[in-house]
Amino acid sequence: MTDHIVSSFDVELDTLRSKIAEMGGIAEKMLGDAIMALVRRDAALAQAVIAVDERLDALQHDVEERAVLTIAKRQPMAVDLREIISAIRIAGDIERIGDLAKNTAKRVVAISNELQPQKIVGGVQHMSDLVQAQLKDVLDAYAQKDTARALDVWQRDDRIDALYTSIFRELLTYMMEDPRNISFCTHLLFLAKNIERIGDHTTNIAETIHYLVTGKPVVAERPKSDESSFTTVPVSGQQ
Amino acid sequence: MMTTMPNIELARAATAGAAEKAATKIVARDVNVYYGDKHALHDVSIDIPEKAVTAFIGPSGCGKSTFLRCINRMNDTIPICRVSGRIEIDGRDIYDRSLDPVQLRARVGMVFQKPNPFPKSIYENVAYGPRIHGLTSSKAELDEIVIMSLKRAGLYEEVKDRLGAPGTGLSGGQQQRLCIARAIAVNPEVILMDEPCSALDPIATAKIEGLIDELRENYTIVIVTHSMQQAARVSQRTAFFHLGRLVEEGPTEQIFTAPQDKRTQDYITGRFG
Repeated sequence: MTDHIVSSFDVELDTLRSKIAEMGGIAEKMLGDAIMALVRRDAALAQAVIAVDERLDALQHDVEERAVLTIAKRQPMAVDLREIISAIRIAGDIERIGDLAKNTAKRVVAISNELQPQKIVGGVQHMSDLVQAQLKDVLDAYAQKDTARALDVWQRDDRIDALYTSIFRELLTYMMEDPRNISFCTHLLFLAKNIERIGDHTTNIAETIHYLVTGKPVVAERPKSDESSFTTVPVSGQQ
Repeated sequence: MMTTMPNIELARAATAGAAEKAATKIVARDVNVYYGDKHALHDVSIDIPEKAVTAFIGPSGCGKSTFLRCINRMNDTIPICRVSGRIEIDGRDIYDRSLDPVQLRARVGMVFQKPNPFPKSIYENVAYGPRIHGLTSSKAELDEIVIMSLKRAGLYEEVKDRLGAPGTGLSGGQQQRLCIARAIAVNPEVILMDEPCSALDPIATAKIEGLIDELRENYTIVIVTHSMQQAARVSQRTAFFHLGRLVEEGPTEQIFTAPQDKRTQDYITGRFG
């Protein structure tokens, strides 16, 4: 796209984009470290993730302030206006992703001393791998203004939902088998839900990218497969 | 951020519905304008809806004011100017030989960039048109028209105690509102405005913009403006002109949030002047 006649406007927009990229990088690392902390039972790494979240909050405020100032000064139109509104929305989504990664790390600290059935932790790790890939892809799509890539992320999220439903079912089963599992499984349930919510936020970012590039919202219904709201596991002896 | 979305969606639906139902007041087809050998306007075709504000935007020299002046045949006063094509108001060709341009200019009023009140009193500025056109048969009727026009132009309260004072003694913003009152007094259907706020301070500009919002309930308004933000604020439809051509035209909210043509986007985002 051609540069603005007033070059400082381009500088302001470039700064917004690079702040978003920085936020994205931090959020990606937080999620990756939180899961590594879970798998390795590393409470210190989890604490480090919790501490980083403050930086993400500060960046989000910075993005919002810059966006508001740019709107006041430049009275942007069309693609510039959509770019600035999108920066505000995406910064909000990434900040929530950071919060969810931080909460995941908090749960890791809570369960790091408990015995962990490897199979179920493996399931959570697999789900997290998919979410990390989604986050990376959607951040790349934003940098390249690639709507096809963004929509692909938007479509894929139902696989994460389906995985979460099966983890949910499995955790219920563990808890029913042995009450000593309840504490660990409950924390893991919240942890898994946090990761599934991160997936949902990546689809929000994908929708914003579509709006930024085309000027139109995504109108189709997103495929969803989270059935945990109505999932039950039969107790032995009952129907 | 989106907590007021339901109200916004309702308002947008209402505006969209209203725009679809609005009748067309002015139809232009294949309008070309030449100043001597210079081909200033190329094949302009546009429908202008009634009782709405249509904004013409574009860089200097793009032809927007030239086209505006076609609508009330002001270009007739320029000897080297030649207009071809068809412009209809309410289905009647305004360039038809049987049509009186003076009468046309009562139906289609004009407000100019620099306020140009007559060197007469405030009262006489407004009364002149109705008197000349024989619109009244008594002083009382004329008084009524003057007062109503000044009220509709949002000026009456400020000048009601000095209607005999010279029009040129008013501030810039007041003079412009006096010119609007003058245009309204002859009961026009269309009001053309050529950068009406360029010479005014921000407060006077805001008053005129507020006035335009009210006037469009009764009049079809076409406004040429250099300010994108003003066009976005006051108009329902916007037409972008460039190098003598109409590049893109559509609902204002769409032109300023997601224009179809790259030239439109480049202009409104300040990527070229």
